[in-house]
Amino acid sequence: MADEPGRNLRSLSLHVPEPKYRPGDHVSFEDMDFPAAGSVAKPDTAALPNDLRDYPYTMVRVLDADGQAVGPWNPKLDPDRLRAMLRAMLLTRAFDERMFRAQRQGKTSFYMKCTGEEATSIAAAFALDRDDMCFPSYRQQGLLIARDWSLVDMMCQIYSNAGDRLKGRQLPIMYSAKEAGFFSISGNLATQYPQAVGWAMASAAKGDTRIAASWVGEGSTAEGDFHAACTFASVYRAPVILNIVNNQWAISSFSGFAGAESTTFAARGLGYGIASLRVDGNDALAVYAATEWAAERARSNNGPTLIEHFTYRVEAHSTSDDPSAYRSAEEPLHFPLGDPIERLKQHLVALGEWDEASHDALKAEVTGQVREAQREAEKLGTMSGHNFNHGFETIFEDVFAEMPPHLKEQSEQMAEERRAAGV
Amino acid sequence: MTRMNMIQAINSAMDVCMERDDGVTVFGEDVGYFGGVFRATAGLQKKYGTHRVFDAPINECGIIGVSVGMAAYGLRPVPEIQFADYIYPGLDQLVSEAARLRYRSNGEFTCPITVRSPFGGGIFGGQTHSQSPEGIFTHVSGLKTVIPSNPYDAKGLLIAAIEDPDPVLFFEPKRIYNGPFDGHYDRPVQPWSKHESSEVPEGYYNVPLGKAAVVRAGEAVTILCYGTMVHVALGVAQESGVDAEVIDLRTLVPLDIETIAASVEKTGRCVIVHEATRTGGFGAELSAQVQERCFHHLEAPIERVTGWDTPYPHSLEWAYFPGPVRLGQALKRVMKD
Repeated sequence: MADEPGRNLRSLSLHVPEPKYRPGDHVSFEDMDFPAAGSVAKPDTAALPNDLRDYPYTMVRVLDADGQAVGPWNPKLDPDRLRAMLRAMLLTRAFDERMFRAQRQGKTSFYMKCTGEEATSIAAAFALDRDDMCFPSYRQQGLLIARDWSLVDMMCQIYSNAGDRLKGRQLPIMYSAKEAGFFSISGNLATQYPQAVGWAMASAAKGDTRIAASWVGEGSTAEGDFHAACTFASVYRAPVILNIVNNQWAISSFSGFAGAESTTFAARGLGYGIASLRVDGNDALAVYAATEWAAERARSNNGPTLIEHFTYRVEAHSTSDDPSAYRSAEEPLHFPLGDPIERLKQHLVALGEWDEASHDALKAEVTGQVREAQREAEKLGTMSGHNFNHGFETIFEDVFAEMPPHLKEQSEQMAEERRAAGV
Repeated sequence: MTRMNMIQAINSAMDVCMERDDGVTVFGEDVGYFGGVFRATAGLQKKYGTHRVFDAPINECGIIGVSVGMAAYGLRPVPEIQFADYIYPGLDQLVSEAARLRYRSNGEFTCPITVRSPFGGGIFGGQTHSQSPEGIFTHVSGLKTVIPSNPYDAKGLLIAAIEDPDPVLFFEPKRIYNGPFDGHYDRPVQPWSKHESSEVPEGYYNVPLGKAAVVRAGEAVTILCYGTMVHVALGVAQESGVDAEVIDLRTLVPLDIETIAASVEKTGRCVIVHEATRTGGFGAELSAQVQERCFHHLEAPIERVTGWDTPYPHSLEWAYFPGPVRLGQALKRVMKD
């Protein structure tokens, strides 16, 4: 007991994490220590998790400061493939800029950009097979774009317009695209993680060849669903890739509130016996290589892989957020891993496969593509001016496969009341 | 007295309680440095320090669970769940733990926690930022459920909730944080400053839990409502010319059935309004209690105007939201004979 004579116990004190920088602070990331590109060995995809215990504490990097791809993780992609990846990243950024502006113009209620994080979904999608199943969070629009999904279809969802296959039911950007191997997005955090594991378990149980991948933010690794997913993935050696997009900020909470002060997010996998990698998330080639490695591991029944993508959320959390209230405006400018698009571009230039003129031409081309898609989508309506775009009776559809009597009655009541009120 | 909107009133309630009791501890996702995504905790961390106001990991089970533990130590936690739609991972800690701690330990351990959470629709939040889950909690024995409808009540009820010796769910109707809303979404928004209940004392006072308020006296029909729906009901009463008595429940559990019964016995008619889905909603409980007590006084069937039994839609929000059209029609039906 603290009051026992002769005992002189120190007062306890509560540790509350505090980020290094707040609004107005000058930022220096010099103490962030990253291993040199190419310096991390590449293990066999059949390696046991126990033999991979160092990987969560280092960082797989391929592109060096000069834009050269170096070391054993270099996926050695041909230039056409690199250009296709660059195009998907530029297209995603142009799409984000356009849709952000549409929200500001009152054409939709909400939008979320993925600026600076494009590689974490696009390079991963390039390394997966087209029929592998993705369970995204809300910032993986890059998956759809990398899989050449229709921009018009995405925009119609954002506008909740007549072309929205989801009938205006979902918050903008909460896409669902089964044909693109893209699971319906939930606004509740990390729920998709155990679902991805379940899909992968089913695929394994049925002797299928397809694997699953999921994405979660570092903040959401705190949710119980994350830990449920890791447990099941480990126990059943599910053929799944569990991606953590560590973009440093969960709305206003820095990664320390998800445990980053004490360890890395990749290291979360160790306790579960899951092979875990930590990757330069702004290096498209590193993301590609890590995903390719994890996919091969899953396909040969060697079990799940957890990948932490170290990146930075350059923009606000969403159109409802203003980061200038809680973080230094200098942070995105000084983030030491640079911009994923610039780095891939630099690599192509270094290979002699790209130049400023072709880059500018590509930017203009994707901007035009987005503008054209927006014109098409807006023909089917937007949200401005309380446009409903879908019949009121659609509210009652798809709650169940077959509409039960009480919903039929409610649907009829709605119609009757509106008729009676003359609206 | 000073003018406050609901956010400021809620902030002021926490401020007053923290000043009076150093066990009052506020935390949740984004509530610390940033002051909450709706700004309800703005300035509190600066004033009371990071040991009493802090950010939490994104884990609602953890937020409720550590609140139970802090309460067991002797603190008075006031955790925030950022949206009521996110409360479900914390359900086990609320239903199986917080609600039963006093009972199962015969009062040895208690759980004076107040879980604040914005709820309800009207902001184009889609199905994960619009739900009204109060009926899940009113069904659980051992939890109190409080829902304010204006700044004065919000502050007074929140102070009473924080001081209450048992766990309280404090659901804040986010549509009316910045101004009352009568359901006419196509009209300009009114700020609270034009509303008399935005006159709020700066210091301590409370509005007792378990007491409803008759916010409009009338003789023809009783409208039972809470939260945003109070303003919809007042608007419809005004527009329809029906002499409705509007009762703001303020506390769902424990329910002020005496005030309700006295009104229905007087008017002989009753309409219940809530945003939450219909089947098994709190309106069902109200309807049951009203007919149990007032059966011989009723001159028409009790009407319920509620959210439809579907997930909350995004773009068709105004067809879902129980607004003036639907309440107006219900009033006509109940006044027919």
